[in-house]
Amino acid sequence: MLIVRAEMLPFSWNLIMDIQMLLHYHFMQNAYVAGTLVALMAGMMGYFMVLRGQSFAGHSLANVGFVGATGAVLFGISPIIGLFIAGICAALGIHILNLTTRQSRQSDIASGVILSASLASGFLFIHLATAEYAANILNVLFGNVLGISDIDVSIILWSTLLLISVLAVIARPLFFASLDPAVAAARRVPVRLLSFGYLVLLALEVAVAVQVVGVLLIFALLVTPAAIAQHLTSRPMVALVLAIVLALLFMSLGLTIGYITPYPVGFFITTCAFGTYVCVRVGRFISKRLARTRFTVSTETKIGRIS
Amino acid sequence: MTDLSSTSVAVSLPSSLHSLIEVENAAVVLGGRTIWQNVQLTVQQGEFLAILGPNGAGKSTLLKALLGLLPLAAGTITVLGHPARRGNAAIGYVPQRRHFEADVHVRGRSIVRLGLDGGQWGFPLPFIQRRQARMAAARVQEAIDLVGATAYADRSIGELSGGEQQRLLIAQALITSPQILVLDEPLDSLDLRNQQGVAGVIRQVSRETGAAVLIVAHDINPLLAAVDRVVYVAHGQVEVGTPQAVITTETLSRLYNTPIEVLRARDGCIVVVGQPEEEISYHAHRAR
Repeated sequence: MLIVRAEMLPFSWNLIMDIQMLLHYHFMQNAYVAGTLVALMAGMMGYFMVLRGQSFAGHSLANVGFVGATGAVLFGISPIIGLFIAGICAALGIHILNLTTRQSRQSDIASGVILSASLASGFLFIHLATAEYAANILNVLFGNVLGISDIDVSIILWSTLLLISVLAVIARPLFFASLDPAVAAARRVPVRLLSFGYLVLLALEVAVAVQVVGVLLIFALLVTPAAIAQHLTSRPMVALVLAIVLALLFMSLGLTIGYITPYPVGFFITTCAFGTYVCVRVGRFISKRLARTRFTVSTETKIGRIS
Repeated sequence: MTDLSSTSVAVSLPSSLHSLIEVENAAVVLGGRTIWQNVQLTVQQGEFLAILGPNGAGKSTLLKALLGLLPLAAGTITVLGHPARRGNAAIGYVPQRRHFEADVHVRGRSIVRLGLDGGQWGFPLPFIQRRQARMAAARVQEAIDLVGATAYADRSIGELSGGEQQRLLIAQALITSPQILVLDEPLDSLDLRNQQGVAGVIRQVSRETGAAVLIVAHDINPLLAAVDRVVYVAHGQVEVGTPQAVITTETLSRLYNTPIEVLRARDGCIVVVGQPEEEISYHAHRAR
């Protein structure tokens, strides 16, 4: 933040005035509220996605948003409804195709099949829809955070409340089923139902997040914060909170930098996430290396002393 | 097989007061194939049973039937006076498994905790239910101490060795203080030292908690000091007997349908040699 403030003209050293300026425009207020809610959901859902090893399923469900959005335009329904319907269908498809395989990690093929099928239908829908819609495709792919209406904000708010309350109820059994399906099933945890329920929640999150970050970049908010969090701590609760905090941080950083520069918000959100991820991985690598050298040095001195 | 059946009757006289598990004429059919039938088995309190048998003979199926995870085609299984049912807290279960992958960044302590309340709906709020949270943490620590995993319980489970992971999973099964502990090949894919270590932990647990132990194993040697009875699953039948009666050159050769020699070392350790490399016909359905 310091660098930003020092270099960018619109900012002063007065933090309150900065915030007032950021929130001066109504579209910016909407962007912050919607972005915060979407990031909150993404942090939570992302933690379980990384834990379940279902990143590719998440990626596919996000990209299925493309067919949802284009289909919604073609059939003249609200984009969010279209996105959610497409997401649920894809979740159902992935779930049914996976019923015969036992491990969640084998879900890649089912996800890939669903992904390519939906992208193809999305392509058809664009072709069938009017030509001027083609200009809107960029918004579907990369989001249009500065064009969020009040109605959108309230839809996102209700979706967030719904998602958080459902997730709060199923969090523990979902955690159990994600880590150890065999023992969870023996303990009467409905493993398959939870697995499907999780995909439906994911479809909901994607449907409301597409407006903010688009179908291609939502993945950055889902996976990267959770992956960073799991590299930093092995305590589930701490990792979950950390994933949420990081998602919120990336979102607000991206929005702020996007506001004061002429470049798109989605780029900055994704870049912040990616940069932090690389830093954490490099930091972990160096600290492990250091620990190993210290170990070899100490054993060498011991051996030296003995001889 | 007459000698085996007579031993089983002699050893497992049903005493209704203390029998934890009673299996009567049970049969399981999976995919149109009878896995085993006419199974009679009684497990007493604190008993240590090793379940042996060739691959695909239905050892895991027997455990799953006891856990109520599989429906019976005939007969009954009674666990603590009730029909076998899924989610029975009186049974601790360690399923057959590979490793946790290296990218699972969850500490062992949290994995053990799952055994206590992992299946409960709703979100725990440790700030509000402090007393409950403290008691749960104490029980987790107790189970971890019991298996001797304190040194690495806070490391992420993916980084641990197979033996360490297995100890933590046993702790997870123990946390509800079960009267019956069911383990499916817990010594599989462990090196010799860890086999001895985990077998020692299971023995110690059964002594200290008085829980009955049913353990599926391929190699009886690490367990021999603890085993009260051996359950043999082969040819669609389940036979029960003492280790002395079952682990003999004659019986094993007949059960495995191949020449097997049992040697007894001076310290009582049994060495089984000549196990078949080619598995026999009744599990030809398994692609190998």
